[in-house]
Order: sequence, then C-alpha cells, then structure tokens
Amino acid sequence: MASGETITTSGYIAHHLTNFKVGSGFWTFHLDTLIVSGALGLIVFGSMAVLASKASSGVPRGWQNFFEMVLGFVNQQVKDTYHGNSPIVAPLAITIFVWVFIMNAMDLIPVDFLPIVAQQVGAAAGADPHHVYFKVVATTDPNLTFAMSITVFLIMIWMNFQVKGIGGFMHEIFTVPFGPKLAPVNLLFRIVEDIAKPISLSLRLFGNMYAGEMVFILIALLGVWQLPLALPWALFHILIITLQAFVFMMLTIVYMSMASESH
Amino acid sequence: MSINATLIGQMIWFALFIWITMKYVWPPLNKAMADRQQLIADGLAAGERGKHDLELAAKRSADTIREAKEKAAAIMTEADKRGMQIIEEAKAASRGEAEKVYAGKMAELEQDVERARSALRDRVAELAVAGAEKILRREVNAAAHADMLAGLKQEL
Repeated sequence: MASGETITTSGYIAHHLTNFKVGSGFWTFHLDTLIVSGALGLIVFGSMAVLASKASSGVPRGWQNFFEMVLGFVNQQVKDTYHGNSPIVAPLAITIFVWVFIMNAMDLIPVDFLPIVAQQVGAAAGADPHHVYFKVVATTDPNLTFAMSITVFLIMIWMNFQVKGIGGFMHEIFTVPFGPKLAPVNLLFRIVEDIAKPISLSLRLFGNMYAGEMVFILIALLGVWQLPLALPWALFHILIITLQAFVFMMLTIVYMSMASESH
Repeated sequence: MSINATLIGQMIWFALFIWITMKYVWPPLNKAMADRQQLIADGLAAGERGKHDLELAAKRSADTIREAKEKAAAIMTEADKRGMQIIEEAKAASRGEAEKVYAGKMAELEQDVERARSALRDRVAELAVAGAEKILRREVNAAAHADMLAGLKQEL
C-alpha cells in the first residue's frame, strides 16, 4: 500500500478482502460487486448489442469479427453438447462465458490500483480513507457466483418442466435410477444430485478466483520482488480466467442438456 | 464470506444480461453468421456448377470438333469421288467427240477419195477413149462405142 502509515500485513490483506458494504444483516449490499459486475456487463453486452444491430453478413470487420469468433466458439460448444431446441441455451452460455471472463479479467489490473482510486474518491467525499473498501474482482464474492448458479439452477428446473411436463419430470425423479420400487431413495438421490450442481458450480468459480486474487495480494506484499513475480502469475492467471469462464459455461450447457433429455 | 442481499441484486443483473443477449445480441449476430454461411455455400455451389459447365462445354466442343472432322473427311471423300467421276465423264465425252470428229473426217476423206477415184475413173476412161480414139480413129465411130465405154466405166 502506498501510504506510509503503520499497516500490518494481515491488515493489508483483510483490507483487500473486505467488501464495500451498505446495510446490515441480510439486507447488506456489496456495492463494489454490484457496481463492478453491473458496469462491466452493461459495457460488454451493451456494446455487443449495438454491434449486433449493425452486423452485416458480408465480410466481418474489427469487433464484429472478434465477437463472432467468441460467439461462434460458444455456439459450437452448445451445438456439440445440447441437442434440444430451446432458444435460451445459447444466449445463456454466451452471457455466462463473456460476463465471467470479463469479471475474472479484472484480476489482471494491479491489485492496489482501483482500491486506491476508490480511497481517493472516498476521501474526497469526506470518508476516512482507511475504511473505504473496494473489492475489484466480483467473482471472488460468493454472492455473485451463487446468484449465477442459482439462476442457472432455476432455469434448469424450469426446462425440466418445459420439456418433460410435470408428469414426466415426476416420473423421472421417482424412478431413476433404481426403478419405482425404491422411489424414496430415487428422490433422495435426485435431490442430492441437483443441489450439488449449483453449489459445485459457484464454489468452483469462487474458490479459483479467490485463491488467484489472494496470490496477487501476497505477491504485492513482497516489496520489490513483486515485479518479477507478478508478471508470470498474471500470465498463468490468464489461463485460469479463461478456463473458469469456460468451465462455468460448459457445465451450464451440460445441465441444460441433462434437463432436456429423457433418461 | 457472507451470503446476503447482494445475491438478489446479482440475480437481477444476471437475468438482465441474459435477456439482453437473448434479445439483442444473439439473434442478429447468429443471423449474420448464418447468412454468411449460406452466402459462402451458395458461392461454392456456383463455383462447382461453373466447373461442371466448363467440363460439359469442353466435352461438347470436343464432340463438335470430332463431328466437323468426320464431316470434312466425308466431304473430301465425296469430292474425290465426284472429281474422278467428272474426269471419267470428261474422258468419255472427249472420246465420243474425238470419235465423232474422226468419223466426220473419215467420211470426208472417203468422199474425197471417192470423188478423186471417180475423177480418176473419168480421166482413165477419157484417156482410154482418147487412146482408143487415136488407135481406132480410122475405123471406129465414138458414138458407136459409147455404150461399151459406159459399161466399162461402171466396172471400174
């Protein structure tokens, strides 16, 4: 941290891992998570929407080329895995991949940069700069990852009803995998299986990004040694950023595919 | 890590972005990509068709050339035959003409010969008569022996 006041190592780390909060109890809002994820989403999806409205079927140029490449890649994954015809799966996968990727990529901005900017803004607004917190990487907030995985879970349940109907879905819940005689066991298995999906989905993303951010913070504590260390870790982290976005997207497609196929 | 109302806010953000992608991003871009795919497929098909047409045209032109050659050869043969025929005809015609001329000349010649012969005969008869006259001047009357002389002329 730049200011030369008495700051302990654990204080520095704790400062970086504290959210910018408003409210109390359950009704606490992490404003940094909401602002960063919302702003990034609005910028990315807004520009994609503007670009899509001008998209031509001629030779693609510039950003259209880039987005078509990304969307084509995601769509290929959807086509390979999901064989239903619901119009929501491809947009859902695109949203997840692009949004998670861009939020993860905030990890590559030097760890102190945006928090210090936030402190300056906070100080200018009359707050104590030591109590201005700003957590830049929104995917290190479990609220965000759970919000995404629960939304995916709800869409999955809705798709189950949509494709199989209430009767078909109930039949599947009570008879798969052990047949109708063991209906309670089947139901228990199904509940465990389905609850595990959103939990694993969100905790995987949260854990990876939290750990990556933690390493960046620890590297930043090394004084001058952070210079040779931060770059290799950032390069390696690019892989994790992309991979986590891809895994979240891919598993979502797989869950949608499972929801729309009869056993 | 604490779960709180941020979760609800994030779900709203997520739903909003899914909606934007579903309504404004994916359909137009997907359509553009599908259209381009169709365009490229059409172009390739047109290229393929062009190639096929070219092959057909090459085959047709080869056929035409072969046919033309055959026709030319047939015409040449026909012309040769016709030429020979014309030559034959001309030969035949000239031979006939020559024969006719020959016959005409022959007849003329024969007439001349005949004429000369008859003149000669007259002359011989005259000479004979003159000789005989000279010999027989004293005792023979020319008129009395005219019949005999005419008979003699007929015999020659």
